[in-house]
Amino acid sequence: MTTPTKPLLSRVADSLYWMARYIERAENVARFVGVNLHLMLDLPSEEKQWQPIVDTTGDARVFAERYATASQDAVIQFLASDETNLNSIFSCIRAARENARSVREIISSEMWEQVNALYLLVREADTQTADALPSYFHEVRMACDQFQGVTDSTMTHNEAWQFIGLGRTLERADKTTRLLDVKYFILLPSLSDVGTPYDEIQWSAVLRSVSGFEMYRKKHGRISPTRLVEFLVFDNEFPRAVRYSIGRADRSVHAITGTPTGTFSCASEQRLGLLKSELDYGRVDATVASGLHEFLDGLQVKMNRIDECIRGDFFAQWNLAQSQVQGQSA
Amino acid sequence: MRFTSYQTGEFYDELFEAGGRPRTHAQLLIDTIEGLSDGQLLRYQRSVDRLLLQMGITFNVYGEKEGTERIFPFDLVPRILPAGEWERLERGLCQRIHALNEFIDDIYHDQKILKDSVIPREVILTAASFRPQCQGLDPPRRVWCHITGTDLVRDRDGQYYVLEDNLRVPSGVSYVLENREVLKRIFPKVFEGLAVRPVNEYPSRLLEMLESIAPRYVDAPRVVLLSPGIYNSAYFEHSFLAQQMGVQLVEGRDLAVNGDGVFMRTTKGLERVDVIYRRIDDDFLDPEAFRADSLLGVPGLMSAYKSGKVALANAPGNGVADDKVIYAYVPDMIRYYEGEEPILPNVPTYLCWRDQDRQHVLSNLDKLVVKSANEAGGYGMLVGPHSTEAQRQEFAAKIEANPRNFIAQPTLGLSRVPTIVEDHFEGRHVDLRPYVLYGKEIYVLPGGLTRVALRKGSLVVNSSQGGGSKDTWVLA
Repeated sequence: MTTPTKPLLSRVADSLYWMARYIERAENVARFVGVNLHLMLDLPSEEKQWQPIVDTTGDARVFAERYATASQDAVIQFLASDETNLNSIFSCIRAARENARSVREIISSEMWEQVNALYLLVREADTQTADALPSYFHEVRMACDQFQGVTDSTMTHNEAWQFIGLGRTLERADKTTRLLDVKYFILLPSLSDVGTPYDEIQWSAVLRSVSGFEMYRKKHGRISPTRLVEFLVFDNEFPRAVRYSIGRADRSVHAITGTPTGTFSCASEQRLGLLKSELDYGRVDATVASGLHEFLDGLQVKMNRIDECIRGDFFAQWNLAQSQVQGQSA
Repeated sequence: MRFTSYQTGEFYDELFEAGGRPRTHAQLLIDTIEGLSDGQLLRYQRSVDRLLLQMGITFNVYGEKEGTERIFPFDLVPRILPAGEWERLERGLCQRIHALNEFIDDIYHDQKILKDSVIPREVILTAASFRPQCQGLDPPRRVWCHITGTDLVRDRDGQYYVLEDNLRVPSGVSYVLENREVLKRIFPKVFEGLAVRPVNEYPSRLLEMLESIAPRYVDAPRVVLLSPGIYNSAYFEHSFLAQQMGVQLVEGRDLAVNGDGVFMRTTKGLERVDVIYRRIDDDFLDPEAFRADSLLGVPGLMSAYKSGKVALANAPGNGVADDKVIYAYVPDMIRYYEGEEPILPNVPTYLCWRDQDRQHVLSNLDKLVVKSANEAGGYGMLVGPHSTEAQRQEFAAKIEANPRNFIAQPTLGLSRVPTIVEDHFEGRHVDLRPYVLYGKEIYVLPGGLTRVALRKGSLVVNSSQGGGSKDTWVLA
């Protein structure tokens, strides 16, 4: 007698997807803030900027409602420990753990212990002492990376695991897009000019924000804005590039449905496939020439639409039954 | 740490004789603990506390901020039951559970026991946990109490008494399994020397029992565990048991009922469910049958159950025998249904609806333990000798207002086990909750949850009231 594959509850799939998104989100915020802290040490005071970091997270409006100025302290508090900011590191880890807790029997004990350790880390963290901050953000990043490693090496690569991969890669593509969008337009004007001595530092910081500095160097050597866009958007090997991430998301969704690659059986697959080919066959020069901001904006809209489709295709059954259930939001 | 200054006091001690000599079955353990290097046991204790937190083995405390989690304190010194003692408990439990099951089945069918005037009809009809919705129901195999966690206590004389039957949704078995895992790592030599009976077969036994009550013939019946969700105090256990059995953990919103049966909502559509191990009280199980305001339950579940489309464990309605007034009649039930004398006695119980009993209770409130008929978890309870005048007055008023709802029992001097307190051992009171499964046959897990009242002098062992737990070793 062979046991049939256990079907996956819609609620569980939803929780796995969001657990992964929240972990990835926390890691990105930790990296952005950590890199910026480091960058500020190299810049003269008139160049020190924290507002762009807030813009990158997409929560500028929420921030403005609560804080007077984008000072270093305010931004770090908002992004690291503010419990009322649903996208702060603390809130993300807490939400990831709540989701993990509700699927504890689906994930491996190692994964649960890792997400629990992350939660204890951010709950007990001291984010008030400036000197402790760099190592704190580093610890959060490493712990998030560990979670990913533990996930990939201790959990069966089954349907449930694919939902984790789907959440992670879509969140990653989203964050890389936002980072590039914000940074590119701050830095671009100075590039067409003679350029200040700080340009190189600033562009390196963008790469470091996605842990991509060394990998970029290996591939393209000198830093140029166009090559950088190519690397972060169109690269097919760098794990935080948009194209790479979308390719992985596409594979996950096909593994979930069982539909062969290149065809589609639901809206999520169809839209992911469209976006994937756009990135597979796109060219960086044409993209920059016709307006990078518009292009990145378009990517954002498409990814949000994909998220909605995933909800509709896989999670909706229980959301419909419980209309008062608060959906988790991107 | 040594036991040289340990005092057994005026209580029965599970590990030491009254003179201070270790009991025979505890000698090896005591020697091992005393043989540890200075501070070693305390270091173990601290690392275990840390480990429980890291592993997220926590329970939620009601009445505190939502999501407040605590570890259930675990004391490293185990309680040990010699084989002969256990054998008697096991027989007593089998007898009692069998009689209770007969009683529940009778109450929802012919009510012979009422017709024969063994139990007053009044008592049943006024029990809050009596469910008219279950009248005439025939659960698979006629089993109503599939999983029971009977609470036993031991008085000063060493005699065991049944304190409560806990037929509805007993919890705590996950701690039995987790505690054992921890102690096996700490005292491996003692385990080898003592032949402690293993407890880790529980999840397989539970699954086997659940599969045995599937209402239709299928090769592999689909079993699920129905939980109220992550904010329930026993959520850790729900998820642990689901994981150990390899079954799905579902919440009410994951299930849907139609004319064909009960289904769960999956990413690929609806999937049929055969057996539900529900960890939700009757009240919240189905808003159409019980409390209409329940958001945790599954509308239509009871009608699917009644028409034999799905099996529920435990069977709804079985809580009628958990009523503390009805509890007082269990010895009579055993005589009535089994034709035998009870092996395990009840704690003598005064029923406040009887005038004579009530008078006695009211004039002895400072000596008795008063309990309301339908509460659990140490709530709604007065421990006379530890109470204040104001509390006694409050209870006297409650008893006068609703005598049916109260019982009283003498305050037992619960037995004690040495427990780590700061840097030394002190005796702390314990109870014992063995777990009994009833499917094709009755099975008693050789072990159980020993709950310990960690506060000095306290007799209340509940986790919500400052209780902790100990591993329980049944010797082969």
